[in-house]
Amino acid sequence: MVNATNLFFQFLDSFAFIVLSAIGLAIIFGMMDVINLAHGEFIMIGAYGTTLAANAGVPLPVAIAVGVAVTMVVGLILERTIIKRLYERPLDSMVATWAVGLALTQGARIVFGNSLSSIGVPFGAITYGEFSYSMYRVLLSGVAALVLVGAYLVFTRTEFGVRARATIQDADTAQAMGVETDRMYTATFVIGSALAGLTGALYAPTMAIVPGMGSSFLVEAFVAVVTGGSSVLLGTTLAGGTLGSINALFSNLYGTFMGKIALLFVAVLILRFLPGGLSGVVTDLRERMERESV
Amino acid sequence: MSGASNGLLGLFDRLCEPFNGSNTIGNSRAFWVGAVVALAITFAYPLFVSAYQAGNTALFLLYGLLALSLSVVWGYAGVLSFGQVVFFGFAGYTFGIVSINLGSTLGTTLAIPVAVLVATAVAGLLGYFMFYGNVSGVFVAIITLVVTLVMQTFMAQTAGDKWTIGEVPLGGFNGMPGIPNLAVGVEGAALTFSGDTFYWLVLSTLVVVYFGLRVLVNSRFGYAMVAVREDEDRVEMLGYDIRKVKLGVFTLGGALAGFSGVLYASWGNYIDPSVYSLTFATMPVVWVTVGGRESLLGGLVATVAIEWFRQQLSVTGSEWAMVVVGVLLLTIVLALPEGIIPYVHRKAVGVLQQRGFVDPDRPATATEEAAE
Repeated sequence: MVNATNLFFQFLDSFAFIVLSAIGLAIIFGMMDVINLAHGEFIMIGAYGTTLAANAGVPLPVAIAVGVAVTMVVGLILERTIIKRLYERPLDSMVATWAVGLALTQGARIVFGNSLSSIGVPFGAITYGEFSYSMYRVLLSGVAALVLVGAYLVFTRTEFGVRARATIQDADTAQAMGVETDRMYTATFVIGSALAGLTGALYAPTMAIVPGMGSSFLVEAFVAVVTGGSSVLLGTTLAGGTLGSINALFSNLYGTFMGKIALLFVAVLILRFLPGGLSGVVTDLRERMERESV
Repeated sequence: MSGASNGLLGLFDRLCEPFNGSNTIGNSRAFWVGAVVALAITFAYPLFVSAYQAGNTALFLLYGLLALSLSVVWGYAGVLSFGQVVFFGFAGYTFGIVSINLGSTLGTTLAIPVAVLVATAVAGLLGYFMFYGNVSGVFVAIITLVVTLVMQTFMAQTAGDKWTIGEVPLGGFNGMPGIPNLAVGVEGAALTFSGDTFYWLVLSTLVVVYFGLRVLVNSRFGYAMVAVREDEDRVEMLGYDIRKVKLGVFTLGGALAGFSGVLYASWGNYIDPSVYSLTFATMPVVWVTVGGRESLLGGLVATVAIEWFRQQLSVTGSEWAMVVVGVLLLTIVLALPEGIIPYVHRKAVGVLQQRGFVDPDRPATATEEAAE
């Protein structure tokens, strides 16, 4: 018998995990057409920064900020030295970031050993009847929603956001209008890196801190980006909602592994039958409604 | 193309002709003489080293087959797949399951085509959904990567009795031991391959596949593949079904990777989920990029060199192998995108032409794409 409260919490948990896993990758891909295959390693760096800071006695919120800051710096260096040379070569930028990821994972292993002692999960658990659910993981769904809203505001309501979107739409024209497109790409990449770092920082208390930890976010991140479609924030939100409910349902019924299989299966179906992705469906729908109302 | 039509030289040229064309490097007489010498040396190699050493080198060579599978899919058809190890793993596991269950020499013989067929079918199915769903470019790379990750999660959790196929437990993290050596024939009249004979088997397979692929990429289908890589839209306008071309190449790549997986499982008599790990999934991409993805030979040479290097480092207990591999891959992508072997070949041909050793009229240069 499926417990409804259980299922609801699991949905919130899956939603948060998918959105947070994907958001950094999705922003960089949506804005720059670069798939950052070092995404998992960025998450790992965020988690390492946070864990090392927290273990040194810094309070958790500050430690999270440290994790994010470290990842931003790494992202900045990577963009300035490598990514900017490969804007016109999407497959090569994948291979290059993949190479960076390899070196970072093994580098972390050499410097910090096979694992760090992890920090405990804060806030305890919510108990209801015979069940309980981690309070922290439920709160993360709120954080995920805040991140989405925040990113939406940044990209639609600020001067920077307008310039960044102008760059994506038509880099040459934007440049002619006085937008420093290079700087926009760098800033976007750093924002994406910061969000990946934030994901690592937020999940650091809940998982084992090992060099390869980033790969446990990759399935969700890639599936969300692939199914989301061209409109980044809308796509990520919809993917979080749709895939989150499917993942929660299948995990609840058949275990976490079947949850992942279901994700993959749905992703392949969406790709096959909805070429514009989830956000494409909404965009189509909106256009049709506008046409009918005219 | 056969400039001298008289005597032995003419015969030699005619023999080489089906393997020559603008899609492969090494079409000159000098190359073919070198190839014959290199083949003689590599075939004689086990006579001069221990059976252990020969078996060890056989591992590098069977990885070479995996590299060729990616080279043809990515280098020639432009489809970047991180999932060649999926087909490799599927075939390896299938070979183990079938051969252990049947338990006889004939069973092992039968397990080979079954395993390759399973890998081919998996590649065909995945390819169908991707290419007929008009998935292309980076999305293909992502999906193949996700499939690899999911397979790793799947195989790692197959410990326990419920994951037993016939009499063979899949074994989860502990893997599947007791996979028999490769054998062909029936009980009493069979060839079993181990040590030196296994080396010769792998090398022969590699040579046959390499020459087969040379014929393929220089055929009409090969030109279609390269055209799809260069400009999909134009090829479609010319009346080709690019989905069919991609699916064909991808399925062929799956079959080759699958055969490599069969060799791997019987080489160590063992297979475990690490064949689906990110590290292993990376290696074909590294081999092919470093060696030169638009060159079949480049991938082969780089595979043997890189794997030998990785083994040397891990034998000495160093942890730096993957860092070095990562930096090497990055350097090649940034500084020498065509890869080492095509670059060396281009330079060498240039020097030889300057000195008048090679007739510039013979098609001895790398592909035009590589020269760009």
